[in-house]
Amino acid sequence: MKKVVYVLSVVPAIGSLVVINRVEPYVLGMPFVLFWAILWVCLTSMFLIITNKIDPENRGGEE
Amino acid sequence: MNAALLVILFFLVLCTWLGVRARKGKVMSLEQWAVGGRGFGSVLIFFLIAGEMFTTYTFLGASGGAYSSGIPTALYAFNCFYFVIAYWLLPPIWKYAKANNVISQSDFYTKKYNSSALGVLVAVISVISIIPYLVMQLKGLGIIVSETSYGSISPNVAIVVGVIAITIYVTASGMHGAAWTAVMKDIMILAVVVFMGIYFPLHYYGGLQPMFEAIDTAKQGFLIFPEQGLSISWFISATIMTALAFYMFPHMLAGVFSAKSPKSLRWNAGIMPIYQVIIIFSLFIGFSAILQVPNLKGPDVDLALFKMAKMSFDPWFVGVIGAAGAMAALIPSSLVLTAMATILSKNVYKVWKPNTSDDQLAKLSRMLVPVIALVTLYFTFNGGNSIFTLYLMAYSFMAQLFPALFFSLWKKNPVTVQGAFAGMIVGILLVIYSTTSDTTLATLFPSLPHVIKDLDVGLSVLLINIAVTLGVSAASRKPAIEMEEGDSQVS
Repeated sequence: MKKVVYVLSVVPAIGSLVVINRVEPYVLGMPFVLFWAILWVCLTSMFLIITNKIDPENRGGEE
Repeated sequence: MNAALLVILFFLVLCTWLGVRARKGKVMSLEQWAVGGRGFGSVLIFFLIAGEMFTTYTFLGASGGAYSSGIPTALYAFNCFYFVIAYWLLPPIWKYAKANNVISQSDFYTKKYNSSALGVLVAVISVISIIPYLVMQLKGLGIIVSETSYGSISPNVAIVVGVIAITIYVTASGMHGAAWTAVMKDIMILAVVVFMGIYFPLHYYGGLQPMFEAIDTAKQGFLIFPEQGLSISWFISATIMTALAFYMFPHMLAGVFSAKSPKSLRWNAGIMPIYQVIIIFSLFIGFSAILQVPNLKGPDVDLALFKMAKMSFDPWFVGVIGAAGAMAALIPSSLVLTAMATILSKNVYKVWKPNTSDDQLAKLSRMLVPVIALVTLYFTFNGGNSIFTLYLMAYSFMAQLFPALFFSLWKKNPVTVQGAFAGMIVGILLVIYSTTSDTTLATLFPSLPHVIKDLDVGLSVLLINIAVTLGVSAASRKPAIEMEEGDSQVS
């Protein structure tokens, strides 16, 4: 399980640093380079929330 | 007295009242005052840490950056790389802090390395980095208030009034005051920025895509990364550097310590990027200004947002924008003031006078707030360019604290006190040298390809720092002194 957790959190770390440097095509009215960055902001959130859900560290009497 | 000024004043009073009231029902011990008694749940932590990202930068810097340099700064403005770091880095820091009663960033180093001298060094580096940060927030405040009150109040008067307000509620409520006012501020900024970010492109261009197409036609290459200068390799290296430095700031770590559990920190790392998306609206405002208020130069680019607001809205609404902007400057400053007063009393004064009790420290910390406020005011009015140079170095300075902290979280810390000292000092000196002499990788090695030349200098200094830290540690470890005490709680 721990391995899955690591992989899940590494994906957005890499994804958010990748730049697709082009204006066309416009998506949602934004140049592609900007859209791509926003997409990864959302995906980072998704990945980290999933990671959070299955992370064994979060179980048990931490609180 | 115009409508805009009245609105701004109203919010300032409301904010001070909220801040002072936040202490209700709490006995202000040092732990309560400095880190909210480590009792903040997920929601409050969210506002506190998110609030730290919504500063004058979100308001003026991000829109100004999009206005003046387009895509590179726009993408840099909502880098979400640091949330991945936060997910893994913050919970172990919190656990150690909880187990060892750490209440400030310098405390962490003092206890991990069992050396109060290291704590003092960290405190000094932090104070030097953070005063310019405060000064820039205050200057931003002055500009915001004087612009949105249509010049009826001078920047300096605005700054003094603002500083008095936060000094009152920080002295009274410390971290509690910072947290509750952050809630109000974030809601206001959210509303104002999202509204303008949607309204301007629609109103002036008929939509987002027409706006970007117009910009693309008018300014070739403005909507992509250039081949050199602010290139992709600049973006990647600067993003990593900022992410590593981000949580080293004393007020950020104080925010982390005030969490109730590591769970709320992990939850936050996941939610925060969504919040970050809001910065996109600030960027839209900046982009929309490009063709509407062209020819802003130098520091004026940061006024793009206000120029747009004033030509589009009634004075009372400009006042609301001004109030949101003023909060954006003041509330992060209150968190900074709290953290700085704590490290100065606990990690500098106490080292000098070791038998000071916690009650005395709590009193001293609170007395230090007005003193720090005055010092900051002095630099705001007299600092000149040197303050700006220091501000540019602040992130690179804080990044130099990263290696010693990072390695100390390992099961077996490979770094010794000597190593930590050497790494930090070498790192700081190199940052000062490279900033003041304008040295970059490009001036050192002009023949290298741009991919390498555009790399952020701070990141290369950080690599040298890591090498020195580990090298000196290996050399000084020979007598096999184990400094593992108190370290075993964190695995």
